[in-house]
Amino acid sequence: MSAPTAREKPASFQDLILRLQAYWAAQGCAILQPYDMEVGAGTLHPATVLRALGPKDWRAAYVQPSRRPADGRYGENPNRLGHYYQYQVILKPNPANLQDLYLNSLYEIGIDPMVHDIRFVEDDWENPTVGAWGLGWEVWCDGMEVSQYTYFQQVGGLDVFPVSGELTYGLERLAMYVFGVDNVYDLPFNDPASAVPLSYGDVFLQNEREQSAFNFELADVEMLQTWFTGCESQSKALREAGKPLPAYDYALKASHVFNLIDARGAISPTERQAFIARVRDLARGAAELWAKQEEERAA
Amino acid sequence: MAELLLELFSEEIPARMQAKAESDLRDALTRGLTEAGVEFGEVTALSGPRRLAIAIDGLPEKSADVSEEKKGPKVGAPEQAVQGFLRGAGLTSIDQAEVRSDPKKGDFYVAVREIPGRPLEDIIAELVPQIVRGFHWPKSMRWGRGELRWVRPLQRIVCVFNGKTVEFEIDGLKSGNETEGHRVQGRGPFTVSSLDEYRTKLQQEGSVVLSREDRRLLIEEQAHKVCAEAGLELVEDKGLLEEVTGLAEWPVVILGDMDPAFLDLPGEVIQLSMRTHQKYFAVRDPKTGNLAPHFVVVANIEAKDGGKAIAAGNRKVLSARLDDARFFWDNDRNTPLEKMAGKLSTIDFKKELGTIADKVERVAALARELAPKVGADPDLAEKAARLAKADLVSEMVFEFPELQGVMGRYYALEAGKRAGVIPDAKRSGTQSAAEESGARTSSDELSGMTGFVDRLDEASVRAIADAIAMHYKPQGPSDEVPTEPVSIAVALADKLDTLVGFWAIDEKPTGSKDPFALRRAALGVVRIILENEVRLNLQDDILKTFNILISIPFADYISSRSSETALSDVEHLIRRHEFKFKLVHDFLSNENGQFDVMELAKAVHLSDVPQNYDYVRQLPIDISAANHPDEAWAFIHRNHPGEPKKYFLEDNEGAQLNLAGRTEVQRTDLLAFFADRLKQYLRDAGARYDLIDAVFALGEDDLVLIVKRVEALGAFLETEDGANLQAGYKRAVNILRAEEKKDGAEFAGTPDTSLFEQDEEKALYAAIEASSAEADAALKAEDFERAMAALAALRAPVDAFFEHIQVNAEKPELRQNRLLILNSIRDALQRVADFSKLAA
Repeated sequence: MSAPTAREKPASFQDLILRLQAYWAAQGCAILQPYDMEVGAGTLHPATVLRALGPKDWRAAYVQPSRRPADGRYGENPNRLGHYYQYQVILKPNPANLQDLYLNSLYEIGIDPMVHDIRFVEDDWENPTVGAWGLGWEVWCDGMEVSQYTYFQQVGGLDVFPVSGELTYGLERLAMYVFGVDNVYDLPFNDPASAVPLSYGDVFLQNEREQSAFNFELADVEMLQTWFTGCESQSKALREAGKPLPAYDYALKASHVFNLIDARGAISPTERQAFIARVRDLARGAAELWAKQEEERAA
Repeated sequence: MAELLLELFSEEIPARMQAKAESDLRDALTRGLTEAGVEFGEVTALSGPRRLAIAIDGLPEKSADVSEEKKGPKVGAPEQAVQGFLRGAGLTSIDQAEVRSDPKKGDFYVAVREIPGRPLEDIIAELVPQIVRGFHWPKSMRWGRGELRWVRPLQRIVCVFNGKTVEFEIDGLKSGNETEGHRVQGRGPFTVSSLDEYRTKLQQEGSVVLSREDRRLLIEEQAHKVCAEAGLELVEDKGLLEEVTGLAEWPVVILGDMDPAFLDLPGEVIQLSMRTHQKYFAVRDPKTGNLAPHFVVVANIEAKDGGKAIAAGNRKVLSARLDDARFFWDNDRNTPLEKMAGKLSTIDFKKELGTIADKVERVAALARELAPKVGADPDLAEKAARLAKADLVSEMVFEFPELQGVMGRYYALEAGKRAGVIPDAKRSGTQSAAEESGARTSSDELSGMTGFVDRLDEASVRAIADAIAMHYKPQGPSDEVPTEPVSIAVALADKLDTLVGFWAIDEKPTGSKDPFALRRAALGVVRIILENEVRLNLQDDILKTFNILISIPFADYISSRSSETALSDVEHLIRRHEFKFKLVHDFLSNENGQFDVMELAKAVHLSDVPQNYDYVRQLPIDISAANHPDEAWAFIHRNHPGEPKKYFLEDNEGAQLNLAGRTEVQRTDLLAFFADRLKQYLRDAGARYDLIDAVFALGEDDLVLIVKRVEALGAFLETEDGANLQAGYKRAVNILRAEEKKDGAEFAGTPDTSLFEQDEEKALYAAIEASSAEADAALKAEDFERAMAALAALRAPVDAFFEHIQVNAEKPELRQNRLLILNSIRDALQRVADFSKLAA
C-alpha cells in the first residue's frame, strides 16, 4: 500500500459537501436529502436510527441541518450555532475497511495525512433518547474533533444485527479547519470567485440572531407545553395503530419542542429528567415497533 | 528451542485499556501453556494504539511425553473387577497391564498409558482462539455480521511459531504472518517470522514504537527537550503521560504556543482545559514558576512540514477551548456566590438526605457549633459553610468537576477584590476585556456581588475563600489537611454530616464497596483532628450532627427563598417531604405529619407558576384545585378522610424500627468506624494501633487524648514494671473471673480495711489508693506518662500480695475481702486502659 495523498482543497463550504456527496455515492451510498423535520443531530434521521434496526443491508449518506436551540449565541460566538449542518453516513453492515474509507473521505476534502495529525480517540457514543449506543471514537485532526465514528451496538434498546458503521462530520467545524477560518460566518459558502460570492454569514447570520431571540426569549412556553402533550399523544396513538414511521416523526417533534422549552430555562433538573423520560418512551416505542415489523417483513 | 509471536491487530484500542489488556493477554497465554505442561523462557509483552503482542521464547517443539498409571485390582481378583478395570483403562486384554508387587498387598495390575507430547502448533492453535474468544475488555463490541467480540474490530492475527504460521481461524478471521505498520507512515504489510524481525521491520519501516515503556520514555525525553530548548519547563503529569503513550504509535512531541492573554485565567483552569480536552502538557516558566503561554502536544506523525500545521491547528483548538473557559470564568465572576448557592436546592445530595442546599444548611449549623472548639469565629465558619458548595452550580465546575472548591475560592476572592477589601493589582488599571465586551451582567447584579463581604476585613474574606477550597480536603491519606480554623470547622462539619447522614439511612461501606467514599471522609476527620490537635468529644459531636440532621425544618428554607427558586418545583417539595418523613419516622416518634402537609399545601398555593399545577395534577393526591392553604387542607381532609398524614407515611411504614434504639446503635457503630480509621491512620504512621481498642473501650472519644494515651500506654507496657503489672492484672482478673463464676456473683465494691490481716494486704490497698489518687490527678491534667508512672508504683505491692497472700482464704468474709482487693487492682488500672482488651 502506497502512502495516501490528498486532493487539493475544495473551493467552498458547498464544494466540500459536494465532494463528500460524490465520494460516498461512489461507495454505494444512497444520497438522501435532509429529513424534513427539526432534529438535534443527523443520527435522528430515520435513515440512520431506524434503518440501523432490522436485518436488511443499507447504505446512505446525507446532509442534515441540526437545530440545538440552547447552543444559539445570537450570531456573536464564532464557534457556536443554534443551527448547523452535519454530514451523516451509515453503512450496514460496516465494511471491514470502513476506517480506510473514512480516512479517504478526509483526503478527498483536502486534508493531507502527511501533514496533519489524525487520531482516533476513544469516545463511546450514546443517545438515551432513542435507546442507542455504540463504541467508536472522536476523530481528531490536529487536536480538533472533526467527526464522530461509531459502531452501533443497540438502537431502541435492542441489539442490532448486522452492525452499522456510522460517521458524523461536523461540517462547519471541518470546513473552518480546511479553510483556516476562525469565524464560522467567514466561511465561503459558495466559490469566492463566483458571480455572487456568499459567505456563511450572508446565508445564516440573521437567522442565528432571530432564532436565538426566539429560543431564549420569545418562545411561548405555555403553548410549547401544550404542543408537547399533543405530540406525545399523537405519537402514542400512531404506535397503537401500528405505524412506527409517523409515530417516530411525532417523537422527534416532541423532542424538539422539549429542547425549546429547555432553552427557555423553564425546566428544573428534576422536571427535565421527567421530560427526557417521556421523549425516550416515544422514540424507543417507535423504534421497537419498527424493528419488529422489519423482522416480520424480512421473514 | 523455538519462539512464539502473537499479535492481535485491531482498530484503535482506547488508551486507558491497553496496559491491562497487555498483561491479561500475557497471563492468559502463559497460563494456557503451563496448563498444557509446556515450559517456556522469556516473555515479551507489547501494546499500543492498534495492537497487543506477546512473544515467548524457549519453547519446545512439542510438549513432553507423559506416562499415566492407573492402579488395578489384585492379581487373581474376580473376573468382574478385572473387566471393569480393562474398560476404565481402555485396555482390551489383561496382558496389556503390568503386574507390580507390594510387600503388604501382594501382586496387582497397573495400566500404563504413554501419552505422547503434542506439537506446540496444535496447542497454540487451540489456545489462542480460546483466549481471544474469552478475552475480557471493559467494554467490547461486535462489528459487521460477526459474532466475535473485541474492543474494536479485530483486523489481523499474526501467529508465528518457530518461524512458521500457526493456522487457525476465529469467526472468519484467519491467522497469518503479515502485519501492518503506521497508517500513513509505513503501512506495509510486513511479513514477520520472529520477534526480532517484527521489531526491526515495524520500527524501521513501519514507524511503530512497539513497547509502551519505549514510547513513554521517548515522549518524556522529547518533551523535556523541546521545553528546555525554549528555556521552559514541562509540567509533569504521569497520568497524562500514560494516556498519550497509548495514543501514538510513532510519538512526535511538538511545542505549541498560545495567546499569552489566556494566562489571566487561573492556572488550574488552563491546565485542566489542556489536559482533559486536548491531552496537552502544560509548560511553565522556570524563572517565575508560573504557566508559560505554551503547550506540549504529542503527535502521531513526523509531518512533512516539520509539524508547523499541527502546531497551528492545535493552537487554534486550544484557543477555542480557552475562549469557552474564559466565557465561564467571566460569567461566574459576575454571579455572586450567594446567588449560586441559591440554586443548590435543585441538586440532590442523596435522595433520602435532601438536596445540596439541605446539606449546606446542616453543615452551616454544625460548623457554627464546632467553630469555638477549633478556634474559629462562628459567624465566619457559618458564612464559609453557606458558600462552600456554591461553585457546584458555576459554569466552570459544571465543565470541570475537579475544580470544585478551587473555583469557589477564586470567586470569593473576586468578591473581596470588587468590594475593595482585597487589593487587586489588575483592577486599578482597566477592566478586564470580558467586562468591556459586556458579558451578561447588569450593574445591579454587580453591586450585589460583594454581598457576603459586607463589613469583613481582608483576613476574614481570605479565611472564607480558603475554607471553600479546603473543606473538601483531605481527599486521602496523603492529601493536604486544612490547618486554618475556619477551614477546619467547615471541613469537619461537611464530613461529619455526610457520615452521620449515611449512617442514618443505613448505607454504610461494606467490604470493598464504598461508593460514597465514606472511609475517606472518616479518615479525613481523623487526620484533621489529630494533625491540628482539635479537641472534640466525637460522641457528642456525632449526636449533635444527628440532631441537626433531623431537626432543621424545611419550612425555614422555603420562607428564606423567593417563591421563584424554592417553589418552582412542587415535585421537588414532595421529595423533601419524603426525606423529612423518613427521618422523622426513623429517629423521632413524633407525629409531625400535619405540619408537613400544611406546608405542602402552602407551597402549592404560593406557587404562581402554572406548570406546577400540572405537576401537582400528576401526583397521586389531587390538591391542585385548592388555591388557599386552608382550602388545600380541607381538600385533603375531604379526599383522604381520617388521617391525611398517613398518606405520606405509608411508604415508610415498613421501615419502621425501634427508633430511639436505632439512633443509639448507629452512633456506636459510627464511633467504631472512626476507631477503625484511627487504627489505619496509626498503622500507616508506624505507631502502635493494637492498643486503640483498650483505650476506646473506656469510652474515650477525644481522638487527641486517645492517641496520647496510647503512646503513654505503649511506652509503659514496654517497661519492666508495665509488663509485670499487666501480668499481675491478668492474674487478678483470672482469679476474679473464676471465683465470680463459682459464686455466680460479682465482686464489686471496696474492701473492708478492718478485715485486713496481713501487711501485704494493707500495703497493697494503701498503694492502690495512693496510686489511684495520683493517677486521677495526672489524668485530669492529661499527663498520661505521670498516670502510668503512678500505677507503676503498684507493681511491687501487687507482686508481694500474690506471693504472700492466699486469696481463697478459709473464712468466707476474708476470701470476699481479698477478692475485692483484686477488684480494686482492676479498677485502678482501668483508669488508663481496658487491660482486658490488650493482646497478651
